[in-house]
Amino acid sequence: MREKAVLEMKNISKTFPGVRALSGVDFTLCEGEIHALMGENGAGKSTLIKVLTGVYNKDGGQIFIKGKDKAVTIHSPQEAQNLGISTVYQEITLCPNLSVAENMYIGRSKDIYQNWKKMNEDAGKILKALDIPAEPTKQLGSCSIAVQQMVAIARAVDMDCKVLILDEPTSSLDEQEVAKLFKLMRDLKAKGVGIIFVTHFLDQVYEVCDKITVLRDGKLVGEYEIKDLPRVQLVSKMLGKDFDDMSDIKSEAKVFEQKEGAVNVFEAEGLLSDAGIKPFDFYIKKGEVNGFTGLLGSGRSECVRAIFGADRVLGGTVKVNGKTVKINKPIDAMKNGIAYLPEDRKIDGIVGDLSVRDNIILALQVLKGFFKPFTKAEAYRFADEYIKLLDIKTASADTPIKSLSGGNQQKCILGRWLLTHPEYLILDEPTRGIDVGTKVDIQKLVLKLASEGMSVTFISSETDEMLRTCSRLVVMRDRKVVGELSGEDLTQNKIMSTIAGGEN
Amino acid sequence: MPSKMKEKSNNIFSALAGKQIVIPIAALLVLAIFNLIADPGFFKITLGYNNLGDPVLSGYLITILDNGSELAILAIGMTLVTAASGGQDISVGAAIAIAGSVMLRVLCGSNSRPETLQAPIIVAFLVGCLVAMIFGAFNGVLVAYFKIQPMVATLILFTAGRSIAAWINNNELPIISEPSFGYFGGFIPGIPIPTPFFIAVACMIVIALVLKFTTLGLYTQAVGINESSSRLNGLNPQMIKFLSFVILGLCVAVAALIKVSRFSTINYSVIAKDIEMDAILAVALGGNALSGGKFNMPASILGAYVIQFLTTTLYKFNVQAAALPAYKAVVVIILVVLSAPTVRAKLSQLGKKLKEKPVKEVA
Repeated sequence: MREKAVLEMKNISKTFPGVRALSGVDFTLCEGEIHALMGENGAGKSTLIKVLTGVYNKDGGQIFIKGKDKAVTIHSPQEAQNLGISTVYQEITLCPNLSVAENMYIGRSKDIYQNWKKMNEDAGKILKALDIPAEPTKQLGSCSIAVQQMVAIARAVDMDCKVLILDEPTSSLDEQEVAKLFKLMRDLKAKGVGIIFVTHFLDQVYEVCDKITVLRDGKLVGEYEIKDLPRVQLVSKMLGKDFDDMSDIKSEAKVFEQKEGAVNVFEAEGLLSDAGIKPFDFYIKKGEVNGFTGLLGSGRSECVRAIFGADRVLGGTVKVNGKTVKINKPIDAMKNGIAYLPEDRKIDGIVGDLSVRDNIILALQVLKGFFKPFTKAEAYRFADEYIKLLDIKTASADTPIKSLSGGNQQKCILGRWLLTHPEYLILDEPTRGIDVGTKVDIQKLVLKLASEGMSVTFISSETDEMLRTCSRLVVMRDRKVVGELSGEDLTQNKIMSTIAGGEN
Repeated sequence: MPSKMKEKSNNIFSALAGKQIVIPIAALLVLAIFNLIADPGFFKITLGYNNLGDPVLSGYLITILDNGSELAILAIGMTLVTAASGGQDISVGAAIAIAGSVMLRVLCGSNSRPETLQAPIIVAFLVGCLVAMIFGAFNGVLVAYFKIQPMVATLILFTAGRSIAAWINNNELPIISEPSFGYFGGFIPGIPIPTPFFIAVACMIVIALVLKFTTLGLYTQAVGINESSSRLNGLNPQMIKFLSFVILGLCVAVAALIKVSRFSTINYSVIAKDIEMDAILAVALGGNALSGGKFNMPASILGAYVIQFLTTTLYKFNVQAAALPAYKAVVVIILVVLSAPTVRAKLSQLGKKLKEKPVKEVA
């Protein structure tokens, strides 16, 4: 083991049916170090964490812990706990209806007898030592989210933890709360605890971390000292694009030729929703394809959800074809000719138990009205039309949509929205988790629809795809719009440097 | 598909196995066969005359059709509530007491034993409908807008309903002497088939038309299966859940009319007692998931009659009324175990094995 290392993972592999989630990943954590684990969706961060905490069993590789001579095997979270590995998850996994002290000690005593007074006193001491502003006897649910998060950390630390994993702890905190959390992290670091910090916020990484390990597609990209890795380099390593690659495909950049007198199909000013994004301005012209880009969690989806009224809209003005309208809920957007294919197909897209046919006609049926149901024949005609048009592979129109493959489910949802003949189509990660062939189909379709006059906003984690389809990109970082790129600027390099921001 | 042979041999089996309505039909067959063996006299129907000299049909089957009416009507509303909210309304019995009490109050006015009706029956019925729908709306608001679990939300009315019903009539027992009021729960002179059956059929026709000429079915199922995705498709999930409870309220009022008409009076603590459990059971027996989503209305209604069939059978074998729930519990246990995912997976495996065997012989 390396000197001062508290944890060493060597050559870790993990395979799920059909997917190689981790292959030969090394990871080393030293004493008193805050180590960021970075990577885009599907990079293998959470799999690595779950292997370490015993949620998954690794297929190959070794894990060494300080103080143990041999490689350890971790079969359950309980075993991880006993080895001094504690995890604090994004969603608080404590019991809000118990007191702070009870939450810190629950499930730890093997005795039936519980000395409440001593428990409260002990909890008070730890909270004081860590400077956490919480009363031991207070009900946890009445504390702020940040304090609850810190109590979870206190609980972990008190269990003699050597390795503390913080999985996206800051995503539901405001700036001041984040500052408090960082102070606590630095205190723990000074006490010699090794912290693994998983986050999507670049600024936060550069604020508290000492080292960065980057994963991509289940493989280790590298381990870097924070001072040796400028932001742009980090972004390029996460996305897997070489920043200095001069062969950057410029010729493919699309230029949108604006027609004379073309009005904005959609226009928003100061649009704000309750999903925690900064107010933003946005417009799209007839026949244009544009996109929101940024790292995962940068607020791209939240922007389009605000446009569609999927999240609660708190402010801003919206114009459709030059007329001011109110879009507070999805049906308002639909009536204004806007369609939205959501990011999470399973949760927001499909209605699993319903047939392909019902899934395809759903949106149009809602638009048509409660008292005007489609006849069976009409419904079959619509369904068959789109099954054929989009080449959906299904046994029949009556098959429950949940039994289709991901790509075909996605095509059904796409068909659902095309059937409403929208003027403005929003596609949020339409190509995620689907096969390459379907991906290309969808990209081609987007371009074809645009050439027929439809306006399309396209979001994808893959910048290649965005460059191939979009003529203008709105760039987001940390839930803010930070730039807009079009024409000559539409290059990988430019996108990455805008995403990275900062001094680099 | 390997061969046409296989397809053909599987067709009937899989077509039947895939249909939800098979579950209540199978239960009905089991009960019918049991009765046929135990006493074929069960199926005898006789035409006689009641004490007013009107022709009436009698027999166990007629009793089932007659007494199963309220349950069938309630099953309609309960199916929609179950599908939309993924929970059940346990206050329908108490709500029947309220609606019945309101109808009697309107008919009687201030005197609890009036010589003549103080208001037309239709007015009393409409007021009863209104009140029952308001109480349904109350449940609906708690469930849809305050996101309280349906069983917990309706527990309020379940607890308070019968006292409210008693309070409406100052805890007196109004008795209607007007014979025409008794038609709804008995026989219309000259027609030998019990009126409740006609009312139930009318309700079935209405719900069939509603499901055909509105999108209620699609919306209810979509909301029950995936609320978030329904909202993104422009639906208002809260409104649809709320609506399902209001519809159930209407069903409650119709059932209440039959119930109070049967005796021309009301017993607040006994009327429609435990009927909510039977209504929920009807939905389950119809093969509908009690966790919501897809539903099959005819199957639920058939389920209601199956339960009445069971009750009548048990009565015939002189099982005491107090012991009935124990027997029904056995049915519930069987149903719940059969519909548990683990058991279903095992059963479908078994089904596959059974299917494969004859094919091998053919090949």
